[in-house]
Order: sequence, then C-alpha cells, then structure tokens
Amino acid sequence: MELSYLEASTLALAEEMRRDRSVWALGEDLGRGGVFGQYKGLAEEFGPARICDTPISEATIMGAAVGAAMVGTRPVVEMRFSDFALCAVDEMVNQAAKARYMFGGQAKVPLVVRQPIGMWRSSAAQHSQSLENWYVHVPGLVVIAPSTPTDNRALLKAAIRSDDPVIYMEHKDLWALKGEVSESDEVARIGEAKVLKSGRDVTLVTWSKMVHVALEAAKSADVSIEVIDLRTLWPWDRDCVFASLARTNRLLVVHEAVKAGGFGGEIAAEAAEVLGVPVRRLGAPRIPVSYAKPLEDEARISAAMIVKAARELAARR
Amino acid sequence: MTLTNRHDLERLGKHHRNMWRIRAFEEAAEAASKSGQVTGAVHLSIGQEGIASGVMANLRRDDMITSNHRGHGHTIAKGADVKAMMAELFGREGGSCGGKGGSMHIADFGVGMLGANGVVAAGLPIAAGAAHAVKLKGGDQVVVCFFGDGAANRGPFLEALNWAKIYDLPVLFVCEDNQFAATTRTATLTAGPGPSARAEALGIPAHGVDGNDVLQVDDLVGDLVRKIRSGAGPQFLHARTYRIKGHTAADAAGYRDAREVEAKKLDCPIGRCAALLREGGVDAVALAADEKAARDEIAAAVAFAAAQPWPDNREAYLDIQDVGAPSWS
Repeated sequence: MELSYLEASTLALAEEMRRDRSVWALGEDLGRGGVFGQYKGLAEEFGPARICDTPISEATIMGAAVGAAMVGTRPVVEMRFSDFALCAVDEMVNQAAKARYMFGGQAKVPLVVRQPIGMWRSSAAQHSQSLENWYVHVPGLVVIAPSTPTDNRALLKAAIRSDDPVIYMEHKDLWALKGEVSESDEVARIGEAKVLKSGRDVTLVTWSKMVHVALEAAKSADVSIEVIDLRTLWPWDRDCVFASLARTNRLLVVHEAVKAGGFGGEIAAEAAEVLGVPVRRLGAPRIPVSYAKPLEDEARISAAMIVKAARELAARR
Repeated sequence: MTLTNRHDLERLGKHHRNMWRIRAFEEAAEAASKSGQVTGAVHLSIGQEGIASGVMANLRRDDMITSNHRGHGHTIAKGADVKAMMAELFGREGGSCGGKGGSMHIADFGVGMLGANGVVAAGLPIAAGAAHAVKLKGGDQVVVCFFGDGAANRGPFLEALNWAKIYDLPVLFVCEDNQFAATTRTATLTAGPGPSARAEALGIPAHGVDGNDVLQVDDLVGDLVRKIRSGAGPQFLHARTYRIKGHTAADAAGYRDAREVEAKKLDCPIGRCAALLREGGVDAVALAADEKAARDEIAAAVAFAAAQPWPDNREAYLDIQDVGAPSWS
C-alpha cells in the first residue's frame, strides 16, 4: 500500500496500541491529531486516556513518561519539535537514560521520544535543528532517524517494542513523502543499516532527509557511489558500513546537522582509525538556521555539493 | 500531641525504633564518609526522621515513593534492607543498586522505592508519571513524592503539581522544609508565602504539619492517604523541620549560628517521641534498648558492607541498554 511518511507513523502507533494495552502516547495537542497531524484519528479509536493531551510542560511530559515507564507502561512521548525537547533534557539524559544503570538494573525505561528534526518551511533557528548527535553521545539511549514511509512504520514499531529509551527523530520535511509500505506487520531490527544503491568508488553514509539528496546525487554523479541509509544512529551498523568500505575504500558522510561535532565525525574517525580509509564529511556550517530562504539555504547540503565531494574523494588514492 | 490510648503507645514505639534505625544508619554513614570508606557525597536527614517514619507508616508495600538526594530515611522507612543500603554507600557488591548508584541514587523497587535523585525536583514529574501509570492500569496504589523546600523554586515543581491535578492522580506531595537550599536559607530566595500557597493556587489541598512530631505526621498522612486512595486526587503536605547537619556530610555549615543548631537539637523528633513514650509509662531501659538494637543492626550492616568485595569490573558495562551497549574487554 502507498502511504506518506506521516501516515506510516500513525499506522505504526495504532498497530502497537491495538497489540499492547500498555502502550500510550502523551504530548501537546495529541487529541486533535498532533501538531503535524501524525496522531489523527487515534484519540477517536483509543480514547483520551491513552492519547493523552498534555499541558505545555516538556520537562514533566518527559519526566512523567520516565515514571510511567518504570512502573510497567510503554509511553510514546511527543515533543513536537526536537528544539522543544531541550526543555526536557534533564529528564531524557539524567533520568531516562540513567535510571536502569544507576539503580543497578532494577528498572527498565521502555519509552519512545518522538522529536521531529530538520529544516522545513522557513522555520528558523528554534524549529529547524538536527541535534541527533547530542543523544548519540549519551549512554543508555537508542537513536533512530527514519528516512522513508516504510521505515517510519517498521522502526517506530521496533522503538515502541524496545525496552530501551529510544530517541526517535522524524524529519519534518519528509511528512508528505509517499512510498510503498508493506502490507505485513513488519518490525525493523534496531541497529541495521540499508544499502539503498550499490557503487564501487565511494561509500556514502547518511540518514534522515539527506538520504534522498544523496540518492539524487548518486544518480547524477560521474563516480560510482554506494549509498547507505544508517536508519539507526545508535547503535550504528558498523558491519554494514565497513563491509562497503572494504569494497570502495573511501568514506563520505553527509548530514544536515552542523558538521562540527556532528555524528559524521564519529563514523569518519572509526573508519580512519580502524580501516585507514580516506574520509570526507559534509554537514552544515556552524551557523544557526535562518528564516529567509537564501540564508536558510546556506545551511543546506545540496546534491551538487555531494557530487563534488564524492568526485574529489574518488580522485584520492 | 499527647497519647490517648494503648494503640498510640504501640504506634509510637514503632516510630521510636524506626527513627532510631534511620538515625543510626545516617550517623554510621557520616562516620564512614569521614573515614573515607564511603567515597561519594552523603546528604544526611538527621533531625528529619519524623517525616519519613510518619508518612511511611501509612503506606502499603505496593505503594510507591520517589525521593531526593537526602533519601536514606525514606528508603529505610519504606522497608529497604539496611545491609544492602550500606553496601551501596560503600560501593560494594550486594549493594541495593550493585554499587552503581551510591547514596544519591539509592533505590529498592521491590519495596516501591523508585529511587533517590541527584537533581533537585526531578522526582516530582517521575512521581506524577508513576501515579499516571497507576491510574491507566486501574490500580489503587498511592505515590508519595518527597522533595525539599529548595525544589519549590524549580519549574518541574509547578509542572508536576499542575499535571497531578489536571489528571486527578493519586499523589501525595511531601515538601520536607528543612529551611536550607543547599547552603543558603531558602526563605531568602523564595517569593510569596511558600510552597503550600503554590499548591493551593493550583487547587491542590495543602496541609501544614510539624514534621518533628511523628504522631502528628502519622495522623495527618493517614487521612490524606485514605482520601487519595478513595479517589480524591493529589494532596500536598508541607512538613516543617530542620536540617541538623550540613548540606553534605562534608559541609560544616559555618554559614549558620551554632547556637541555632543546638536549640534545634532540643526539638529532635526522636527525643520528642521518647518523651511521649516515657509519659505513657515506657521506662528508660526499654527506650535505650531501642537505640541499642538499632545501633547493633546498623553496625552489622557496616561490617557486612566493609567485608563485601568491590563489584566485578564488567558490571560497569551491564544494565546500560539492551541494544548498543559496549562489551567489557
């Protein structure tokens, strides 16, 4: 069936809520469908207790989810924008990520934190960030960033079934993206990357919206690019990336997030340290995202930039 | 408060023993901190035992609590094993959290103690969430959330109280007002008439109590827990007390007059409880026996903790997450 990235997420949550009564969702405006409509119809099916409209209290949305997860429910937290999730960082980083460990394994914290990322319709500096690497840095968290409708269904289902706290980052610019979604009740495996296009010269590792820009670049490039959608950022699929590098010997990492301190640096460093392959990173300059379109574009990685970087990398011996 | 019947006397005797167990534990923890056997920060609730004992006397084992950084008393009163607790402070195998949490993250989920917390006010949203889960599951447990007067100035205080009220959750918020926010007098940093007024502004019934009067705490909390369990929604308790020790065991608290502290020691909840028991006819020998039994039990806990081995190094790599945790090598 064909579904949008947004509809796929709605379906995934509905399926998991039907399957498991302990799953519930909480966040602002969920009763009327959520800020982007990704919860549309769920309050009608599951009622206001399980599709829980909350006050604008990010810290307590997150903190309450931690408490509720520790005592036997599986909350799906909606943070609206990843930028707003910053109001709940203590609850994510000090509480959700640490509780199992610091209490010596007495409790698990099975929750999902949906926090939409990325540049979208001139949203400017406080509604456009891609902060995935902040969470990759924190032991205890799983970080997922789906790029297609079928993955948004299968990965969200996997996140809900996971006993770990999962930071789940959907890209706002992908909500409307249509794609084929399996008729079967597929659940993805967390930590598994996908090779979306094979190539000989350069391994391009990316995730989220940049997957589509990378595929466009790979189509037009005069070098042969293998495109890997990482899908899960932590744990990331080292085996898949290294297997590809064994063939291409060159790594290009591309992300929408700021390049300095971005997750591309970690993948590139691992590849350079372990395999000794030449590496190259493409990410945003260290500027806040602007409102005006031409200024916003300054933070955007284009297919042309990817082609140029891949060509330069392929020229290296 | 005066004793009115035999039942009160028995109840008070239990509190006397319970409070002595907390006091003995904390004095031993303080000594072990000074000797270097307990390496991390230790926040003592000496002088505040009446609240822990009085509140917990009204809870079932399956009721839950969240605590703050000053949580030994709550944990003991909820029924945790003091040997495991002391081993946790020592960072040893067999500790409540396997030596991975220490004093500030002590927890015993088996008795409904959902964890102390190193971040001020962090326990309020967690308690609200635990109560939210109780309501979703149709249970009848009560969740009690302990925090200090300093927590009332953090955002999650407002958020969690509002949350508990709008969803009508079974939470008892207990503000243990020991008058100090770390090493500063809370009153100098707090606008308005205080935590109870903030709760009342949200429509949550607030009740004041002399936290050093264990029977008064016990009686009042008994009513509040009955109300909450019967569906009355959240309640707020402001328990006035005094922190006899510094912010941590390493804090000599030179920022306050020693005479103030000496005067407050006369208001000790254990001493007041003992005086009432004597009034009721319990002799001094029996009261001394309560103290001795507590000190013996805690001495055994210290001996146990000191004899326990360090956790195996591979423990550092366990209980991080199901997928994505590194392995020990």
